[in-house]
Amino acid sequence: MNAPVDLSRRRFIVAAGGGLVIAFVVPLASRFAIAQEQHPESGPQGAPPAPPLPQPNAFLTIGSDDSVRVLLAHSEMGQGIWTALPMLVAEELGCDWSKVVVAHAPAAPAYAHTAFGIQATGGSTSVWSEFDRYRQVGALAREMLVAAAAAEFGVDAAQCRVVDGKVVAGRKSARFGELADAAAKLPPPSEVKLKERKDWRLLGKPTRRLDARAKVDGSAVFGIDVQFEGLKVALVARSPVFGGKVKSFDATAARAVKGVRAVVEVPSGVAVVADHFWAARAGRDALAIEWDLGPQATLDSAQLKADYVARAATPGAVAAQAGDAPAKLAGARSVLEAQYDVPFLAHAAMEPLNCTVRLGEGTCEIWTGTQFQTLDQVAVAKVAGLEPAQVTIHTPFLGGGFGRRANPANDFVIEAVHVAKAAGLPVKVLWTREDDTRGGYYRPAFVHRLRASLDGDGSIDAFAATAVGQSILAGTAFAAMIKDGIDSASVEGMADSPYLAGVPHRRIELHTPSPGVPVLWWRSVGHTQNAFAMEGFIDELAHAAKQDPVAFRRRLLKAAGTKGKRNLDVLDRAVEAFGWKQPLPDGHGKGIAVHESFGSHVAQVAEVSVSGGRVRVHRVVCAIDCGVFVNPLTIEAQVQGAIVYGLSAALSGQITFRDGRVVQSNFHDYPTLRIDQMPKVEVHIVDSGEKPGGVGEPGTPPIAPAVANAIFDATGQRLRSLPFRFGA
Amino acid sequence: MKLTINGKDHEIDAPPDMPLLWVLRDLLGMTGTKFGCGLAQCGACTVHLNGAPVRACVTPAAAASSGTISTIEAMAADPVGRIVQQAWIEADVVQCGYCQSGQVMAATALLRENARPTDAEIDAAMSGNLCRCGTYQRVRGAIHLAAGKLSKEDAA
Repeated sequence: MNAPVDLSRRRFIVAAGGGLVIAFVVPLASRFAIAQEQHPESGPQGAPPAPPLPQPNAFLTIGSDDSVRVLLAHSEMGQGIWTALPMLVAEELGCDWSKVVVAHAPAAPAYAHTAFGIQATGGSTSVWSEFDRYRQVGALAREMLVAAAAAEFGVDAAQCRVVDGKVVAGRKSARFGELADAAAKLPPPSEVKLKERKDWRLLGKPTRRLDARAKVDGSAVFGIDVQFEGLKVALVARSPVFGGKVKSFDATAARAVKGVRAVVEVPSGVAVVADHFWAARAGRDALAIEWDLGPQATLDSAQLKADYVARAATPGAVAAQAGDAPAKLAGARSVLEAQYDVPFLAHAAMEPLNCTVRLGEGTCEIWTGTQFQTLDQVAVAKVAGLEPAQVTIHTPFLGGGFGRRANPANDFVIEAVHVAKAAGLPVKVLWTREDDTRGGYYRPAFVHRLRASLDGDGSIDAFAATAVGQSILAGTAFAAMIKDGIDSASVEGMADSPYLAGVPHRRIELHTPSPGVPVLWWRSVGHTQNAFAMEGFIDELAHAAKQDPVAFRRRLLKAAGTKGKRNLDVLDRAVEAFGWKQPLPDGHGKGIAVHESFGSHVAQVAEVSVSGGRVRVHRVVCAIDCGVFVNPLTIEAQVQGAIVYGLSAALSGQITFRDGRVVQSNFHDYPTLRIDQMPKVEVHIVDSGEKPGGVGEPGTPPIAPAVANAIFDATGQRLRSLPFRFGA
Repeated sequence: MKLTINGKDHEIDAPPDMPLLWVLRDLLGMTGTKFGCGLAQCGACTVHLNGAPVRACVTPAAAASSGTISTIEAMAADPVGRIVQQAWIEADVVQCGYCQSGQVMAATALLRENARPTDAEIDAAMSGNLCRCGTYQRVRGAIHLAAGKLSKEDAA
């Protein structure tokens, strides 16, 4: 295919040190108006101009040493884009894969997300959103290197071939590194031809990670590992209740701790700045703080759930409807009704939150594992009294993100700037595990009330669901995306479920309470709770209709036509690979769930047993259709990981509140899956050839309902509340 | 106090209760050993003390001063650690990578004691090392791979 290249969106820069640099200038999309232009020439009144960023929009640099340096517009947090995005470039470029080096891009407008308009990583979007841009970068460089070689060889470009980092024509051959300088002086082509999928040599092939060595020998640098001369470590004592404020504090004992350098008040609490973590912690322990706890001091999980349950029985904002489900259900001879609920969840990434700040004259440098460079840059500038362009964001490796490091409130970043500013010192603000667990921005708790009636042949005649839970977007810079009282993330995977496409009477309603708990997207966002409720309830309906759960789902998906086809295909693949009809060992049960999210379709069959009130998940067979795919090795890893993440939540994850305080604190009371609980996971990729979808998140939503449905099959007990608890 | 780390002696000025983890990270700048929980719950800070895996976050530096300490930074030169790292790369284990120093340290200690561990023995030895990315299946695979490589080396 020929991909026309819009010259207005593209620019080439000759690197100061020689070599070919491929850069793009991408106009900022207007979807999120907060993304701000950089004005490197002019600072705020009286402030010195912002320092120009080095090669502010380079995506690819080919050095005279043959190195192929790819800059990532997105953050590597485990999902494998450190390898996948360079694969896109390398496929078109035709370079020697062993010469590829990778680095995170700085925060700059050129690296804005092609769909979001801000520099960000999330929503399982990195590969599909860069699928064309990164391939075009590679293709452009290839064309220019070929043109340079053709000129040098005295042949036509059509006579040249690219082979593993060399341009070859007949017996003549030149390495990319030898051609880079000459290529950089040539006019860029107006269009590039991208390879057909059938000609791919790298894309679609299992490819090992480029960040593996650094991550097994301890040399990989995460945000928490940043160090430089003069850097201090700070811990912040935050209010035990969300929204609480410092009334007064006595720092006498804290200041007396050896190694403590400063104790400062910041908007979020009191910070103790010290030579090292241990002194900062001792200093913080020695603080005496009186808090004004505010209205959240009475927050209580049990009360909150009772309130949600009551709301679920009342009419909410309508998110989707067809026919007249309420009337149909009112007149039905029998209605199946169920309540599903899920708790608040912490992300609990292995690397606790942290952020390092160095303020200078008209400059601010930030080192932090962030998924949200643009918003952080804008927020930091505001706190530091600078222009966004004067804020440099260094993105080290992220020790897990899962959504927590993409916070529209920029909590852990701006807090660190406040500390550095108040202390007048460069600081690394570090969160302990307890701080991280209790720091908020949780997956919102939800209650779902579901009702449905079946007609004579066991088809769903009417279906109504009411969801109750906080909006993630409300109160953020993204609040404009809430339409008619509906935050689409609250009902995603439910309002648009293909199961309902062929149901004549259907209605999805939403209540959006505001109990004041800071909430945030958590791996797969609304799909986590909505798939749990939908897949559990569909299973209940299958049993009510006296049908096999797979046969019941197949019928619904077939009735949905093209809307159900890809779900149907992954369902069939997972069921076949599992051996759905094969007998299981005594006491074992099997359960199925299939769900679409982030442009990909996933089916999972779980095999479980239950003994002494404990669930053991033995095996999970998963089929995923993520469209045209890049790295099967990563897809397998991401699906395994997504299952582990969802299983942790299903088996034991919950954040609860008593007297406004978070009850859980660390991994002993917020347990996550350990290796001895790890099921055997099989991943099958269904190659639909459709446009690329996401891979990081779609594996999470089906696992909790697949396990719940398997528990029902094994024990006859229908568990509708997470984490799983067995009644006496 | 004096600490022997990766074959090198260090003179340290630290409070007596300061855990080895923070001596390594904040006083010596050896950041390969990670902070995850501070309660010996996650294993991210696993180091070897006299060859045995310990959690550096709850091991006072003073308690380690009479022994020899090895960290992830020394594993490339360790005959077993080197094989474990190689197996980890071949099995494409890592994701975010934050817990992997601890995983490699725990696996190295296991393989020194037990050259051919079963899945159950792997689970028992590695259950103290959390991974939120969920790399467990590949961790098991990589340990078997490393065991195979080690037995081949022994035979050679």
